[in-house]
Amino acid sequence: MPSQTPPQTRIDRCFAALKREGRPAFVTFVTAGDPDYETSKAILLGLPEAGADVIEIGMPFSDPMADGPAVQASSLRALQAGQTMKRTLQLVREFRAKDNLTPIILMGYYNPIYVYPSAAFLDEARDSGVDGMIVVDVPPEADEELCLPAMERGLSFIRLATPTTDDKRLPAVLANTSGFVYYVSITGITGAAAPVVSDVRAQVARIKRSTPLPVVVGFGVRTPEQAKTLADCADGVVVGSALVEAIRTTLGPDGKAGPDTISSVHRIVQNLAAGLRGAASRV
Amino acid sequence: MASPTTSDTQAPNSFRAGPDDHGFFGLYGGRFVAETLMPLILELEQAYEAAKNDAGFQAELRDLLEHYGGRPSPLYFAERLTEHLKGAKIYFKRDELNHTGSHKINNCLGQIQLARRMGKTRIIAETGAGQHGVAVATVCARFGLPCEIYMGATDVARQSPNVARMHMLGAKVHSVTSGAGTLKDSMNEALRDWVTNVRDTYYIIGTAAGPHPYPAMVRDFQAVIGNEVRKQMQEREGRLPDTLVAAIGGGSNAIGLFYPFLDDKSVKIYGVEAAGHGIDVPNGHNASMTGGRPGVLHGNRTYLIQDEDGQILEGHSISAGLDYPGVGPEHSWLKDTGRVSYVPITDKEALDAFQLCAKLEGIIPALEPSHALAYVQKLAPTLPKDDLLVMNMCGRGDKDVFAVAGYLGMKI
Repeated sequence: MPSQTPPQTRIDRCFAALKREGRPAFVTFVTAGDPDYETSKAILLGLPEAGADVIEIGMPFSDPMADGPAVQASSLRALQAGQTMKRTLQLVREFRAKDNLTPIILMGYYNPIYVYPSAAFLDEARDSGVDGMIVVDVPPEADEELCLPAMERGLSFIRLATPTTDDKRLPAVLANTSGFVYYVSITGITGAAAPVVSDVRAQVARIKRSTPLPVVVGFGVRTPEQAKTLADCADGVVVGSALVEAIRTTLGPDGKAGPDTISSVHRIVQNLAAGLRGAASRV
Repeated sequence: MASPTTSDTQAPNSFRAGPDDHGFFGLYGGRFVAETLMPLILELEQAYEAAKNDAGFQAELRDLLEHYGGRPSPLYFAERLTEHLKGAKIYFKRDELNHTGSHKINNCLGQIQLARRMGKTRIIAETGAGQHGVAVATVCARFGLPCEIYMGATDVARQSPNVARMHMLGAKVHSVTSGAGTLKDSMNEALRDWVTNVRDTYYIIGTAAGPHPYPAMVRDFQAVIGNEVRKQMQEREGRLPDTLVAAIGGGSNAIGLFYPFLDDKSVKIYGVEAAGHGIDVPNGHNASMTGGRPGVLHGNRTYLIQDEDGQILEGHSISAGLDYPGVGPEHSWLKDTGRVSYVPITDKEALDAFQLCAKLEGIIPALEPSHALAYVQKLAPTLPKDDLLVMNMCGRGDKDVFAVAGYLGMKI
């Protein structure tokens, strides 16, 4: 695409490359330090090869109010294993040392950032190789607290748009968003009811009329078929609860990582990635 | 830009002007919620502003408060307690005599009227001690709306009489097992319900916390307490009180008593926090202003009990209603400005005050105002005999009798 200026960030480069390939982005979510630091690192390092295009890393929080039981449990496992914000940034640094291409988005809640405090968190996140962040409980009305300082440091602040984001509110939601827009396909918590495809198609089309940014769809996506159908209406899909559920179901009786914990997450990612590419399962 | 960690502590011209247009009291408050809820919060703010200025709404609310809620509640001279403590002249504001047994009905009557005005058809709420849950279940029965209450599993066990009352009033009670199964966890679960059923559901928050406009709205509905005290004390003593004392969990009864007096410089004001096993016991108390620091939870910035990493701690209090690691944002601001003094009272001190009040005044207080009473026990003897002290008796102890009997080793 010779007429366009070269994309600046890993996120922009990633979506531009996917567009050239003509396929949707597969965005995966796992929680940092779930079920422990080393297992979490091995899961993350294997995600790109398994088919993840973008990686969202959850910053564990004691009170994840927008998350369903699967992500809540995942957050608690990580905290019980000693995960902290410092170790989450360390995890990103260790990932970056081995993979300098895959975009990394930190996702979570404001309080652990606020007490870090925010400025130091943003500096260290940038220096660790983080590309963007999603902070669920900081709305555009509070942009000067976190979003604008993040942008000043070259970090993308990715906004959630939801079924309740009406036309009147959409411009405010999009105003300082960069990287991509995350469309929350249901009113509800992560991992809840399956979205209605026709509604999602109409809503994504509405958002795309107002922004040139890619739009990805998440909340409630579990199966390869569902991922493929939703990806047809958007620029990508996010899968999270299904992955952290795979971690939970493979834990040993002591609650620690089992022999299949890492491989089972990667296997699900491979299946979903294959579904998204419209091909038969490789496994 | 560094994140601010303390607010500007300069005294404002008025302590009654907040919040600002974005819902902030200085550093505290705001609207820290997920995008799904933002349009709802903004709609609620508009609906509340319109209702506040609607004479018809206010008249209807006054009528309900009087004939259904039982207001005004008496201002009672606690003669024997005054003699016993040999200091300030102690009055109780008897909000435990309200319908449903606490101050919670004041706010619920206001919010149910608002919910109906907004055309909402389903009501949800969180509850700690169950006093708010009972009040919500009550107004839902009265107005024929389905009602679901989220209550921590620990609180379901220690406040079982209130659980039975909610069932009898037709409410569905969800026992919340996440976390320590207390008020914080019930609020998380109520927020998850709301974000899922956002279009038809109204969330009646019971304390003066949460995203704007809740802290201001709950305060306004509870300010009837302080407004009555002003009038009643004029009638009884011909002047304003000198000292106000109230217990603080989220802080709704306290802000209701305090707010009308914030600009009366002669009135000394004390908020009493739950010190549980003691302020020095790690994670052993819920005195968020005495032992916490500013953070963001449940839609607002406020003092929170949290660890170094910003994880919210469970804390502890014998009183389910005070067993919450945060506090309403206006209290955080009143602490930083120095207008209100916030003091800690332990479980043991509250239990002692509970028994003293029962035996001296023939009033069995709830464990929540027992904390305020315990501070009155400390404070009153240091004050002159003409000091007019008002303590908010915000709830009755019927719900606590089994739990207290257990703590005291009584056989029933």
